[in-house]
Amino acid sequence: MTESTSSAAAKQIQAAGVSIKDLRKSYGANEVLKGIDLEVAPGEVVCLIGPSGSGKSTLLRCVNLLEKPNVGTIHVGGFESTDPDVDIDKMRRKVGMVFQQFNLFPHLSALQNCTIAQTKVLKRSQADASDVARKNLARVGLDHLADRFPDQLSGGQQQRVAIARALSMDPELMLFDEPTSALDPETVGDVLAVMRNLAKEGMTMLVVTHEMGFAREVADRVVFMDGGVVVEEGAAEQVVSAPTQPRTKEFLRRVLDPTHIDIAE
Amino acid sequence: MAMTVRQRARVSRSVQYGLLALAVVLFILFADWASIGKAFFNWDSAVKQFPEIITLALKNTLIYTALSFVVGLSGGLLLALMKLSSVAVWRWIATLYIEFFRGVPALLVFIAFGFGIPTAFGVRFDIYVTVMLALGMVAAAYIAETLRAGLQAVPKGQLEAARSLGMPHWRAMVSIVIPQAFKIVLPPLTNEVILLTKDSSLVYLLGLAASQYELTKFGRDGITQPNAGLTPLVIAGACYLIITVPLGILARRFESRTAKTKG
Repeated sequence: MTESTSSAAAKQIQAAGVSIKDLRKSYGANEVLKGIDLEVAPGEVVCLIGPSGSGKSTLLRCVNLLEKPNVGTIHVGGFESTDPDVDIDKMRRKVGMVFQQFNLFPHLSALQNCTIAQTKVLKRSQADASDVARKNLARVGLDHLADRFPDQLSGGQQQRVAIARALSMDPELMLFDEPTSALDPETVGDVLAVMRNLAKEGMTMLVVTHEMGFAREVADRVVFMDGGVVVEEGAAEQVVSAPTQPRTKEFLRRVLDPTHIDIAE
Repeated sequence: MAMTVRQRARVSRSVQYGLLALAVVLFILFADWASIGKAFFNWDSAVKQFPEIITLALKNTLIYTALSFVVGLSGGLLLALMKLSSVAVWRWIATLYIEFFRGVPALLVFIAFGFGIPTAFGVRFDIYVTVMLALGMVAAAYIAETLRAGLQAVPKGQLEAARSLGMPHWRAMVSIVIPQAFKIVLPPLTNEVILLTKDSSLVYLLGLAASQYELTKFGRDGITQPNAGLTPLVIAGACYLIITVPLGILARRFESRTAKTKG
């Protein structure tokens, strides 16, 4: 399924892969990532699931160096982002990031949110940048709200603008850090729909999420993390519906059916 | 007999108003208005202050304030960024500067710039440059702390979002963080301007030519005229209020506007 749809929509997206080897990250004595190996092929969609504190957000943030890993290597596209001499800003242009709290720029309109990095970083003309921004706002279904400011948008709309903002830099990889966790339940669907379309267009996506339905349906692979290590990974359907590791089973049981947990064991 | 809570509150309020009115009436009846007038307000003398107090003194006060605010704001921004720098030396220098100029009376700084530095280094500053530097450098210390607080009040996610779009650190600060910080510090910054307006009176120390008089010096000069009493200073004080009261209103307006956009 992914092959046919991605080839149809792969018109512009030049997807990059990610290769993570023996990644370790500590805060003081607290080791958050204890040697992670992870491969994401170009155009692949991988969901990271796991309990809070398992290190999945830290792992994601290491990929575009918002957190500096202590040990290990990360390759993104043609960059080795763990090389101390890497041009971080150049690498980040290829990597779009979507945050749990949206982090839209509140002093700029939706359109300006999508143009500012284009004009200041990619040195596109204002006209070109606006064209690209409007195209991407249309892609997330919000071209009619281009002139609104973030505080005039709902949470779901803000998150879609944030996705359009990242897409406007023509990234080859998109990172999503719990993109729907801060949303009202009724706006979650709009954001997931946008992400599903993006996946169909062939974007490489690394998604930290608690939306198991999304993971099962959209992801090519699901990676379950706990305690700073990868516990289980495999095809999305297999990990979510028929996990083999006891810790994965336990986690999914709690997430999928939170009302049927025995309090006393 | 027993009053309700509301009745008791009403009686208490009436008593307070009554006492206040009584005090005002007594003051009006028994004050020696002739002496008060002689000391504070003489009509002829008041009229004589115009138009120079506006065209000369008020204008100069505004010029001194504006010049030193420009230095204070740019210096303050520089110091605030130094204070938040990852390079320790910059932080030390900024801290030293801020502690020094915040802790020393502005009067001493004026004396240093007016008399000490010209003698020590053999340079002679124009009066406007002296004010700009002396007052501006003191203002920079205060403004730096205000701006630093504003910069830190911008959520960390803003810088992260800007950086992950490929912006270098300086660009993220200039385009994303600093504009938001200014919005946050607009009310306290307006207060800094009010303080500056008043502190510009210290320039009298430097010995001014008549064309350089600002409000306080103009008023002090005026009270040497016969029968003027303190009238010229009262007028000068009123002129300060013409500047500062609107600024205060402006600051409150900014405050309610930012409160609204946050809510």
